[in-house]
Amino acid sequence: MRRRDFFKTSAGAGLAAGAALSLGGYGRLWASSPAPAKYDMVAIMGGNPDAMFDLGIQELGGMGAFIRKGQKVLVKPNIGWDVVPELAANTNPLLVKRIVEHCFKAGAKEVYVFDHTCDNWVNTYKNSGIEKAAKSAGAKVVPGNSENYYQEIEIPGGKKLKKAKVHELLLETDVFINVPVLKDHNSTRMTASLKNTMGIVWDRGFWHSNDLHQCIADFALFEKKPVLNVIDCYNVMVKNGPQGVSKEDVVQMKSQIITADWVAGDTAAAKMLGVDPLKIDYIPIADKMGLGTMNLDSLNIKRIKM
Amino acid sequence: MISPLLRKLRTGFSVIVLICFIFVFADFRSVIPEKYISYLLYLQFIPSLIRYIDLKTMAAGGFLIVILLTLLSGRTYCSFLCPLGIGQDLFSRIGGKIKKRFRRFGFKKPHTIIRYSLLAITLGVGIIWGIYLVTVLDPYSIFGRFMTYFGKPVILVLNNIIAWILGKFDVYTFHHVDIKGFNLLTYSIPVIFFLLVGIMSFVRGRLYCNMICPVGTLFGLISKVSLFRVKFNESKCTRCGRCSVGCKSSCIDFLNYHVDVSRCVDCFNCIDICPDKALSYSLIGSRNIAAGTDEGKRKFVAGSLMMLFGISRYASAQEKKNVPVPKKESTVKEQRTSWVCPPGAGSIEDFTKHCTACSLCIAACPNNVLKPSVKQYGIAGLMQPVMDYHASFCTYNCTVCTEVCPTSALKPLMLEAKKLTQIGKVIFIKDNCIVKTEKTACGACSEACPTKAVFMIPYEGNLVIPDTDQDICIGCGHCEYACPVTPYKAIFVDGNPVHMAAKKPENVESEITTPVEFPF
Repeated sequence: MRRRDFFKTSAGAGLAAGAALSLGGYGRLWASSPAPAKYDMVAIMGGNPDAMFDLGIQELGGMGAFIRKGQKVLVKPNIGWDVVPELAANTNPLLVKRIVEHCFKAGAKEVYVFDHTCDNWVNTYKNSGIEKAAKSAGAKVVPGNSENYYQEIEIPGGKKLKKAKVHELLLETDVFINVPVLKDHNSTRMTASLKNTMGIVWDRGFWHSNDLHQCIADFALFEKKPVLNVIDCYNVMVKNGPQGVSKEDVVQMKSQIITADWVAGDTAAAKMLGVDPLKIDYIPIADKMGLGTMNLDSLNIKRIKM
Repeated sequence: MISPLLRKLRTGFSVIVLICFIFVFADFRSVIPEKYISYLLYLQFIPSLIRYIDLKTMAAGGFLIVILLTLLSGRTYCSFLCPLGIGQDLFSRIGGKIKKRFRRFGFKKPHTIIRYSLLAITLGVGIIWGIYLVTVLDPYSIFGRFMTYFGKPVILVLNNIIAWILGKFDVYTFHHVDIKGFNLLTYSIPVIFFLLVGIMSFVRGRLYCNMICPVGTLFGLISKVSLFRVKFNESKCTRCGRCSVGCKSSCIDFLNYHVDVSRCVDCFNCIDICPDKALSYSLIGSRNIAAGTDEGKRKFVAGSLMMLFGISRYASAQEKKNVPVPKKESTVKEQRTSWVCPPGAGSIEDFTKHCTACSLCIAACPNNVLKPSVKQYGIAGLMQPVMDYHASFCTYNCTVCTEVCPTSALKPLMLEAKKLTQIGKVIFIKDNCIVKTEKTACGACSEACPTKAVFMIPYEGNLVIPDTDQDICIGCGHCEYACPVTPYKAIFVDGNPVHMAAKKPENVESEITTPVEFPF
């Protein structure tokens, strides 16, 4: 936002640089403290991805509780793999579309969607169905394929991950909504909210080679945290993840978990997958680091069956 | 025919052809469907000839059409269809504009010994040993290399500047594309030829085509019996010599009313220049008939196209830096028995026999996994494409290289067939693996594997470590690319010198069922 607004303002109105900075500048950058939600987590089962989100977000007081008018929103789905939506390697496009629509309804000025894909990004954006879905709802679908789009940030308190290059949109937007898909994962056993951040950074090879679980937890320390994690459990890849081989890997669970606490979200998601959350190292590590809670009993959870 | 339209037709047509070729090689966003690319390449003489010899099918009969065309019309191929020839006309024109005084080509004697020797040597070497000299001298492939090594990087730079500026205004229609350079050695041949062809055409018009190019020489021979040719009407000619001065092939001996058809590329400049309508393009033996009018100079866009032939060094300076390094360096070197050649090649032997290193596949590959070889195929195979899995990997859902190849060095593969074509086999080096050396989780290789030929098995404690199933591996190299260990990878693909069929990955329904209650 800083650079971009600067250019826009100075090019458009011819304002002085100082004025431009104060207009688009630091004050708004980290602004994100919505009204307290009634529930800590909403879990929905039995509907379509978009209908489940409609219900869930309503229980949390609507998208307006998380976005203020005129804010810029980053919706970060998992768009890792060049496969069709039915194979559930990527977030459900219907869900992404509906979230974008809610953002605009709540008065968002702009909604951005991107992921640092694993496969060729052009094909992946296209074949996942997410590019089309997000664009049809009015979002800007932004590439994440080049190091040029990434800026270095520091992670104070990170044990292994002290620095990372993150996509400029994470820094330039006001609100971050994390929209992972729940999947089996060959190495970490499960991927959902916390691990979805690997698509925000450029150098994930560093994570892999420097204690993956610790790095995943460390990144959650970064000051820009999601106001919401919407975990897509509609079609769930229960084995051969995170890419999957064929439709045999997918089980239709028709569920969704919405929460601001990504440790709690991942704990619940692990149970959906039938995996003990304690076995997924980054979850207990993040819990110990105080990034959220694994103790679901301590939370006020709304469970809805459609 | 003495119509000035002839020259207009030629310039118009050739500009379109050149732009098409530039688009094809610079199409980094893959907007042109592969079948249109093959239409464009159908008439390229050498690729078509190689394809025909290999496949013996009339579907590769473009070269026959070109021969017929030459028998009928002379070396029109050189002015209308050859991208290198058209590119030289562009250079020649710029050269003429820059020169302060009017440039005079004038009649020159043909370099008979050089041109026929080169043709004979190329043919001889081609028949006895292999494709090597053809690879070096095929005009289409030379043009392809210019575009891939110099042209495309320049276009990418322009794209990146546009993308950067638009990005400032929150517009992402254009996106930044990283420019990947190649091994410096592979630039040697394109640079030498760029200087050679560039300077020759800049100063002496079509000298390269009439002295070195074996295709040009061959067509020159055929042209000696062509039906249509540029001829003098002696009764009209005032011997002003303008035709000869303006002839970029230096083939008009106006004092003797003679046009050397073996060097004439049918550019029709002379017909346009002649104030007396004494030159015509007509059937052999026919008489000239005066008709039509003439007009002044024509302009066409040239200056900006100069940009397309940029410099190579920029690209190599753009190589990826700051590759993350794990704590310990790996110790076991990858023991490669063979390099990996692209899908559709069949075998390295077959592939290197048919590839002219035009580099179209390298330019077209959406993942930039194809690199010109340095010594992977031996010195004779210099610049033929090889898979570089340290730079990238072969996209599972992609067959672009097999579809664009004009010579059948890469044969078209259906996507389902490509997904079962094993171009190499995975080899895991446990002693390099992070899970073993650092005792931390990784699994980047298995995550990347599209067939699960690389999978994880229990290791110590909560850890899992890779294992492999070569039968279902297709050698795409995604595991090798994803492996974060340096300097030696913990997993790599060893090439299959002869490609094989991979087994289809088996998969069974999961025991996990659709839940009816929340498990939390």
